[in-house]
Amino acid sequence: MTPTQQTIALFLGVAAVLTVASVVGFVLERRFAAEAPSATIDNLNSRIRAWWGMVTLIGVAFAFGKGGVIVLFALASLAAFREFITLTPTRRGDHLALAVAFFVVVPLQYYLVWVDWYGLYSVFIPVYVFLLLATLAALRQDTKDFMGRVAETQWGLMISVFALSHVPALLGLQIPGYEGRNLLLIAFLVLVVQSSDVLQYVWGKLAGWRQIAPALSPSKTVEGFLGGVASATALGALLWWITPFSPLQAGAIALEITLMGFFGGLVMSAIKRDRGVKDWGWMIEGHGGVLDRLDSVIFAAPVFFHTIRYFWSL
Amino acid sequence: MLPAPLRRLTRPVAAADYWQKGRLRRFIGEGVFRAVLIDRNSETREVDPVAVMAAALDQKHSLILFPEGTRNTSDEPALPFRSGLYHLARLRPDVELVPVWIENLNRVMPKGEFVPIPLLCTVTFGAPIALGTAEEKAAFLDRSRQALVALAPANGNEP
Repeated sequence: MTPTQQTIALFLGVAAVLTVASVVGFVLERRFAAEAPSATIDNLNSRIRAWWGMVTLIGVAFAFGKGGVIVLFALASLAAFREFITLTPTRRGDHLALAVAFFVVVPLQYYLVWVDWYGLYSVFIPVYVFLLLATLAALRQDTKDFMGRVAETQWGLMISVFALSHVPALLGLQIPGYEGRNLLLIAFLVLVVQSSDVLQYVWGKLAGWRQIAPALSPSKTVEGFLGGVASATALGALLWWITPFSPLQAGAIALEITLMGFFGGLVMSAIKRDRGVKDWGWMIEGHGGVLDRLDSVIFAAPVFFHTIRYFWSL
Repeated sequence: MLPAPLRRLTRPVAAADYWQKGRLRRFIGEGVFRAVLIDRNSETREVDPVAVMAAALDQKHSLILFPEGTRNTSDEPALPFRSGLYHLARLRPDVELVPVWIENLNRVMPKGEFVPIPLLCTVTFGAPIALGTAEEKAAFLDRSRQALVALAPANGNEP
């Protein structure tokens, strides 16, 4: 199959799974929610609807190629950083630093990804922005909570912009024998990590009874974690044909990124708990905010990127 | 967001000295927001701002008042209210005064900044309040300020 045919086959597969999910959701609602409305079924159905929307968005971005993917993830970064800073207690003295972060740092980071300048985009936010934003905040001479404010702004950028930009950065990797197919690496990453989230949710609902981190998230269970990670790893191995990996390697990398994705969910839950909120926002119906949906991809993307860059790319 | 028919009847009350400076501001203030402009300078003004607001209410318009009179640059959740709210409540006692807390408004665009930052804002509406028959000005202003501050979410977004 050509890369385009593989991409189309993949999207058709996802559409088939979503169709089954929609049918199941419809039947559940008819069967059980008709007499007594159920919050779980409502939430399930709005999640499935939102998945159709998100898959369509990614499909459109893929159709536009590299430019489409970069624009999509740049917008996702802006939305995620916006949610992060909304829940961060910044002060007036941070205003200039935040304006620079939103309107200069985000576009510049994605521009550097666009021109494939690996040497700069991999240090731009961790080094230059790190030093610059602290300076801008210091110039405003407001010392109250200074360290905390500067650190949280930087953390928000690392999570919502730096880490996330490693998804489109996959398009710049040069892997011998895999030319012209890098979009499929993004498809692999997003598909495996997001399926892991969904499968952890499903396994947790069906068989979960031991909480894995009750102080962070009441809905995460040991059974959900094990079942979700195992089945997403198997899915990754089965998807080896869209990657430059062997089936065994594909499974190992799928395990690596599902674990990172799980850690991302834990860390971001800890922050939400501390801030006293359940969701980061309300942009995606049934899911919460952009950060709620992308927390796992954010943690998996840089590790996935560097694993491939080190072992497979030129 | 308000539905269009209600939006047409809803007008912010704003400072004339700011919104009448320059053609662009005049266009935005009067053309876009259809603001009810009031003169803040009590020494030189010729029309009473409370009468201007009452006239707008009499035309069945709803008014958005910022009773602090300016943007809050302090660490307090809200500044003490100016007396205009009290005078208006006395002049039009039938009008419902609904406290509305806009979370993060001040963080989006603090006074003196030029670029707004795109934070998520939430709007919380409280129960309407009315001026008591024998209520003193200071007590009423303080009570309405407390009704507003009580709407602030507790998740620690305040500095």
